[in-house]
Amino acid sequence: MSPEVKPDYLISPEGLRLDGRRPDELRPIEFEVGVLKTADGSAMIKQGKTHIIAAVYGPRELHPRHLTLNDKAYLRCVYRMATFSVPDRKRPAPSRREREISMVITNALEPALFLEDFPRAVVDVFIQVIQADGGTRCAAINAASLALADAGIPMRSLVPAVAVGKADGTLIVDLGDMEDKYGEGDVPMAILPSTGEITLLQQDGSFTKEELLEAMQMGLNACKYIHELQKEALKRAYLKRAPEAGSEGEDEEEDYEDDLETDLGESELPEEEE
Amino acid sequence: MGDFSAETISHIDRKYIQDLLSKGERVDSRAFDEYRDIEIEVGVVAAKSEGSAIARIGDTRVIAGVKVLVGEPYPDTPDEGVTMVTAEMAPIASPLFEVGPPKEDAIELARVVDRGVRESETVDVKGLVIEPGKKVYMVFCDLYTLEYDGNLIDACSLAANAALLNTRFPEMKLEDEELVQTGRELEIPIKNLAVECTVSKIGEHLVIDPVLKEEMVQDCRLTMAIDTNNHFTAMQKGGGSGPISMAQIEHAMDMALEKAEDLRKLIYEATGRKV
Repeated sequence: MSPEVKPDYLISPEGLRLDGRRPDELRPIEFEVGVLKTADGSAMIKQGKTHIIAAVYGPRELHPRHLTLNDKAYLRCVYRMATFSVPDRKRPAPSRREREISMVITNALEPALFLEDFPRAVVDVFIQVIQADGGTRCAAINAASLALADAGIPMRSLVPAVAVGKADGTLIVDLGDMEDKYGEGDVPMAILPSTGEITLLQQDGSFTKEELLEAMQMGLNACKYIHELQKEALKRAYLKRAPEAGSEGEDEEEDYEDDLETDLGESELPEEEE
Repeated sequence: MGDFSAETISHIDRKYIQDLLSKGERVDSRAFDEYRDIEIEVGVVAAKSEGSAIARIGDTRVIAGVKVLVGEPYPDTPDEGVTMVTAEMAPIASPLFEVGPPKEDAIELARVVDRGVRESETVDVKGLVIEPGKKVYMVFCDLYTLEYDGNLIDACSLAANAALLNTRFPEMKLEDEELVQTGRELEIPIKNLAVECTVSKIGEHLVIDPVLKEEMVQDCRLTMAIDTNNHFTAMQKGGGSGPISMAQIEHAMDMALEKAEDLRKLIYEATGRKV
């Protein structure tokens, strides 16, 4: 039991949020790639108190067969919340909310994948919410796209996602649970970083057109930052896994680190051009 | 054009629709920002339901019925009534809909329409209380599809809102812990009204109110709920996994803002009630 109290305000007189963040500040994000041995690919995300694990199996044979697509692999995402992940005990059976979120996550990830390389197969993405503290569908997408990369599924890019919204009239990025529940609106979104196109977009609450566009621009920028974190996490995992990074491989390891810096530098270039 | 009894569309039909669009035309010769004919009829289940409506957009038709029951409030909102919107993609409406438990698309339909009503705070739930913490009115608005030729969400939104405005139910009070009718008749307290407007993205083109053929070739759709203040109260990108650019989203928002007022007027005219 963890009874909740509605906070007096979401934005303090100093302009800070409940957890002391500035309006455009993300919660601390921690990624770890390759957290499950049995899965073909896996990743964990901790975003503030939100904690999610994603696993990928496949490409593998599809059951039931009637779902088979002849020109590409079937992407099957399953988003599930643990019963203990929320203040009240969640009913164990999949809810309608979980099924809708599974569908929008599938739509968000699919444009990034070369599913046409694996006709008739299935790529399974299983997402388990361990602890929910707002922004779970976006955190799930962040973790799932890392898990897909870890599984070696050919991809155009990773898919970063974040929720933007409004609390006490201020536009905010990366909503926490309280801001989600008591704020004035929530806009989860995901992008393809290479083109800036949007692959997930939902909204509730109340926004004017101008507010929505501004919020989405803030989300776009936050997504680009999360994308950098994702790339770093992926590289970290493969550095760890690199064979024999020992005595004479020391140079090699330095090389890897060089790569890392150059890569990050390059990806920042297009932003500067804008 | 071929037949559309299966969830696939031939390359020829696909190309035909896309070629038309690049010439600025649509399969049913509408403008890109033009709705099909819309009709709303209320009180269609007058004997048994507290409120009802049929909404038709072209050859898409849905029926909405409202039941008002008395129940206990949720423990975290003792001074609020309950509203709920559900939708069923009944197999009567299309060879594409199957018998059995609702699939993802049916769940999405129900949840998007529900969000349109709930997030705009259409129903003033504080006005649905009989005895705080004990008894409240519970408003259930259930939608059944009758005919499906694209754009179910907008049709469901029209029908649900019209049925809610059409609802009349007997007032109840608690006397010695017993529910009794006061003999008065109540309307549902309405404080806002959001209509949903769906724009479909096909290649580089944006069209409003897609027919089934267009839905089959669309990259994705964007549904927007717009309330009486012209605020956006709900949005959903769905109907496919194709990405959409910020510029296109802004364009779609303008298209929807333009149409929302007309849609609201149709509901007012049909129900004789204005918000």
